[in-house]
Order: sequence, then structure tokens, then C-alpha cells
Amino acid sequence: MGAQFIHNFQQSSICLLSFLALALFFLLGQPSTSQGIELSGDLSLEGRLFFNDPAWPGQKDSSLSAAVNVELYHPFQDNLSVTLKGFYREDNQDKERTHGDLRLAELLYYNDSFELTAGLGKVFWGATEFVHLVDIINQTDQVEGLDGEEKLGQPMVHLTIPSEWGVMEGFALPWFRERTFPGEPGRFRTPLVVDTDKTVYESNSEEHHFDFALRYSTTVDQADIGLYYFNGTARDPVLLGAIDPTSNSPILYPYYEQIGQTGLDIQLSAGEWLLKGEAYYRTGQSRSYAATTFGFEYTFVGIGETMMDLGLLGEYVYDDRDNGWLPTIYENDIMAGVRLVVNDMADTTLLCGVIRDLHSGSTIIGIEGSRRLGEAIRINVDASFFVDMEPSDPAFAFAKDDFLKIEIIYYW
Amino acid sequence: MIFSSGSIAAVSALALIVFSFLAPSSLSAETPEAKGLAIAMEADARDVGFGDYTANMTMILKNKHGKESKRRIRTRTLEVADDGDKSLSIFDTPRDVKGTAFLSFSHKVGDDEQWLYLPALKRVKRINSRNKSGSFMGSEFAYEDIASQEVEKYSYKHLGEEELNGVRCYVGESYPVDTKNSGYTKRVTWMDTAEYRVFKVDYYDRKQSLLKTLTVSGYQQYLGKYWRAGSMEMVNHQSGKSTTLLWDSYAFQTGLSDKDFSATSLKRVR
Repeated sequence: MGAQFIHNFQQSSICLLSFLALALFFLLGQPSTSQGIELSGDLSLEGRLFFNDPAWPGQKDSSLSAAVNVELYHPFQDNLSVTLKGFYREDNQDKERTHGDLRLAELLYYNDSFELTAGLGKVFWGATEFVHLVDIINQTDQVEGLDGEEKLGQPMVHLTIPSEWGVMEGFALPWFRERTFPGEPGRFRTPLVVDTDKTVYESNSEEHHFDFALRYSTTVDQADIGLYYFNGTARDPVLLGAIDPTSNSPILYPYYEQIGQTGLDIQLSAGEWLLKGEAYYRTGQSRSYAATTFGFEYTFVGIGETMMDLGLLGEYVYDDRDNGWLPTIYENDIMAGVRLVVNDMADTTLLCGVIRDLHSGSTIIGIEGSRRLGEAIRINVDASFFVDMEPSDPAFAFAKDDFLKIEIIYYW
Repeated sequence: MIFSSGSIAAVSALALIVFSFLAPSSLSAETPEAKGLAIAMEADARDVGFGDYTANMTMILKNKHGKESKRRIRTRTLEVADDGDKSLSIFDTPRDVKGTAFLSFSHKVGDDEQWLYLPALKRVKRINSRNKSGSFMGSEFAYEDIASQEVEKYSYKHLGEEELNGVRCYVGESYPVDTKNSGYTKRVTWMDTAEYRVFKVDYYDRKQSLLKTLTVSGYQQYLGKYWRAGSMEMVNHQSGKSTTLLWDSYAFQTGLSDKDFSATSLKRVR
């Protein structure tokens, strides 16, 4: 009951925040209608087809869903603006995937000496292509996709102070957002559905724990370097099993711990090579640990006397939790990829990547193709294949989830 | 291709001979290389002091069957004393790339610095600037064609003068210093003798064949000094494709500063 209440409370606090942002938007918007409101967005239709019979009870072989993004931008003055970005998806199979979110609802003010945003915001930290280790401010909207690149809007006050010697940023993060998880019909899930109504926090303040982060970033010659410290609720929960006392059946619930995390990200242009690296050191869980990912990108320009560019990607990820303490999907994996940029009118791109666990041999193959149709429609085709999946690997839960996804997006 | 490149060389050689014959005394002390460099430096000097400017660009891509595709791009440029310009390009259309921004710091010596901002991920990615022969956003313009044209990036050779569409032009060759990464072995440039404005450039690929021709027109003068083009058409002779850049809404000395060309500002660019 407590968890349900908290869940509702969290929903209502986010609703309240969005209401405030909306109210501010219309209130402040009145006197300066001459500057207008910029409205944009997209509407997409997505079909997913799974090639194998599901591994877990209740899972479906296909899904069809529609999603909409609406973005409103309004400048009150040159250096004061509000941005709202709402997202909603309707999925025909998984009610956990039928969901909405305010991705952005932020007020931005800046002058020559600082920049301040307040509201629901989004921040990306990181450098590498395959695994995003150090990105921690926003919660992952896990039901959206396996790559975890879709994020939930994070309530924050974000101060940026640029100077001659680099950029200092401070983040006050008053509310925590829970990770989304697929429901029973959904694929890419654990054998037991994660019960987000039974969420447990280490902190007594639960999702109202005041999290904060500090970041320093700078450019030195051909390198972009970022260093940060985060203190607060881990975005990635530990999934714990228990027996539900009322129904006497096993459940899986997320446990969010309090952590301190120091992270580093580097992008470096070295001759024809782009070198990228990320690393963090985390304290607060049952033991402290470190994780790192790094790699390169090399591009052949104008291959075979065409306009096409061919990029080669190579990356490696290591997670110190490897030795049985808390298995993760990316513990000692090597990644390789080929990116083809056709440079045609339709901006056609093709990306093929392989992730292989060096210890277990479990391999994930991903193919992503994308091109524009006409001026306002883009079609994306993604496929993933899970090969030689080792039962001890945490990704084994997805071993039967080979899939093809076709997405058509109309931008307006 | 061979014919056209040969004929241009012949015309240029002819122009050089005629010019030498007409003005032997003034040229005797100056080599074609020194004269070419002097012209490039004068053209550069005439553009010094613009401070900053903004402009809008419509990029029209055309394939060999005449099919067209348009992109709307806003540009901001900042002059940097004693180094290359800083520039920012923001894509408005096609709508799927709306808000994508390209930030470039060009340098007189050494590699340029380039970043791409992807609005959906709110991610700033560094790009490798050595890939200068690569296509800029699918167009016939390579990164090295749209980058700020620093005198130091080429060596020069003056060929002579000739009339181009009734305008008296210097004709000169320039050769990229970075021979390894440039897509060109040489460029032949037609620049008017009165105002030092580029009207035409022939680009020769690594096999010395004529690859592309740039034709520039619609020049207007701003602040009584600085000339900017209205149209730039790049035709690829080998693929039959072309790209036209139509420029409008030039505004000079708008008050831009270094702070408007940083990773921080890139994340809030509209």
C-alpha cells in the first residue's frame, strides 16, 4: 500500500510540476505574443516482430504501437525561454509500454556569466557509442527500447558557469524518477515481471531524497574532458526477489540504493582517429567498484570514389562487479561496429554492431538502418539477434528476443 | 574531363603569356608563386574587421535526374583575430534533423575543431576534422569547401588575368598544404581584380581530373566594405549532381562573442 501511495504521490508531484510550468508558460506568454510560440513534434508508428517463441509466460510475438512527441518553445526575451516536450505511446500489447512522460518542461535563463534552467530537464554525459556508462542524471525509459537511450524528464535546477578555464555545473535534483520496466506481455524482460508497485529505497526519504551533482568540463587542444561527482539515488536499481506474503507467490522488485559516483568522460581527436572513453567509481552499494568503457572511431571518407563514408567502431567495456558479486550485462565485453553514411538526399545510414561477452561468449548482433522518405518522413528499420547466449549471463533472459522493428516517423 | 582540364591549362598559360608580355617590368621581380600569395593575402586583408555576421542559407541538392531536396540552415560566424573563424550552422529543415547544429573552429595552422549537436539526445559529439574531403550534410560541398578559407591552408601560383562574364579576374592555382587529407590536388580560382571576390573555382581531384566547379554570383556589399555572395552553385562533373546555396538575411556585427560558439551554447541553440 505504501509503495502504491508513493507511486501516486510521485505521479502527482510530476503533474504538479508540469502544471506549474504550463501555468508559467501561459502567464508569461500573454504579454509577448508577438514573439510567438514554436510548435513542433512527430508522430510515429512502430511494429515489432519477434522471431522466436517467447521464453517467459505471457509474452507476445509481435507488438504494434503509436507514439507522439509535442514540443512547445516560447522565448519571452532573447535570453529567457520555456520549452515543453510531451511524449505519449500507446502499445497494443504491453500496458507498461503504454505510457506518457513530460520529457522537458524547463525554464531557461542565461546571461554572460551564467545559465540557469529549472523544471524537468535532460542532460547527457558520455562519449562512447555502444554503452553509456557515465550518463546518470536522467532515468532510463527502459520500456522504450533495449538500448536505453530514451530518458525520462528529470526534475532539476541546473546552474552552468562558463569561464576561461572550463565550465562548472551544479545540479540540484529534488525528485527521483523510477525506471520503467516491461509488463508481462513485453519482451526484453526478466523471467518475473519487475513489480514497480513494490519499489524499495535505501533512503528513508525514498524518491524525495535530495540528489546533487557537480561537473567540470573543458576542452584542451583536441580533447573534450568531463569530470563529475554525483551523490544520491542510483538510477539503476538492484532487482531483488521475495515472496509476496499476501499471494504467497514470488515477486521481483527494484531496490534503489544511495550512491556516490565519480565519473570521467573523454572525446579526443587524434589525427584520423576519434578516441572515446568513460569511467566511473561508485561507492555506497555493498562494495565499491569501478567500470570503464573506451574505444575508437575511424572513418574512411568517400569510399570507392562515391560520396559514402564508412566508419569503423571498436569499443571495450569492463565492470568490476564481474566476479559474481552482482552480474551485469556489460561486464567484460568487446564491441565492434560499421557505420555507413551514404550522404544521399535521403540521409541514408546503416549501422551494424556486435557486442560479445569475452567470458561467456554471449553475443548480441544489432543492425540499424534509416532513411528519409520525401521531406518529412523517416523510416527506421532495426533488428537484433541474440547468439550463443550463456545461461549464466544476465542477458540470457532476452535470448529468445531476436526481433525486427520497423518505425515510420512523421515530423510536423 | 581530360579535354576540359587541358583547355583550362591552355587558356591559363595563354593568359600568363599575354600578361607577361604586356607588363614585363612589373612582374620580372615577382614569381607567379609570390604573386599568387600576394593576391590571396590581399583578398584576406580586405575581409578583416567584419567582426561577426549571421545569414540564412537554403541548400538545394539536385541529382542527375533533376530531383531536388532542400535544407534550411542558419549560420553564425565570428571573426577570430590571428586565427581562423568560428562558425555555427543550425539546421531548420528537413524536419527530422531540426535543431541539429554544427560548430567549427578553423585554425590557420593545425587541425580544425568540429562538433555536432544532436538535439534528440542532447548530445555534443566531437567530429574528426581530418575528414575534410567528406561531404557536408550530403551536399556536393566538402567540409574543406565550406570551412573558412585561411591563406595558410594553401600554396599559390598566379596564372594571369582574364575576362569572366565581362569581369576582369585574376586566375590562379592553389594547392592544399594538407595533401594527405584534402580531396584535391589543386583549385583554379577566378577572382575579380577590382574587389577580390571569388567568381569561379575549378576543383581537381586526387587523380588531377576536373571534379567540381563552383560558380558564385549575386554579390552584395555590407558595411560599405565586406562582400558576400547571394548564390553558390557547386556542380560535380563526375556524378552529374549539384548543390546550390542561396544566401539571404545577412546581418553584420550583431554582437556575437566567443560565448555563442561553445559546447555550452550549442546545447541551448535554437
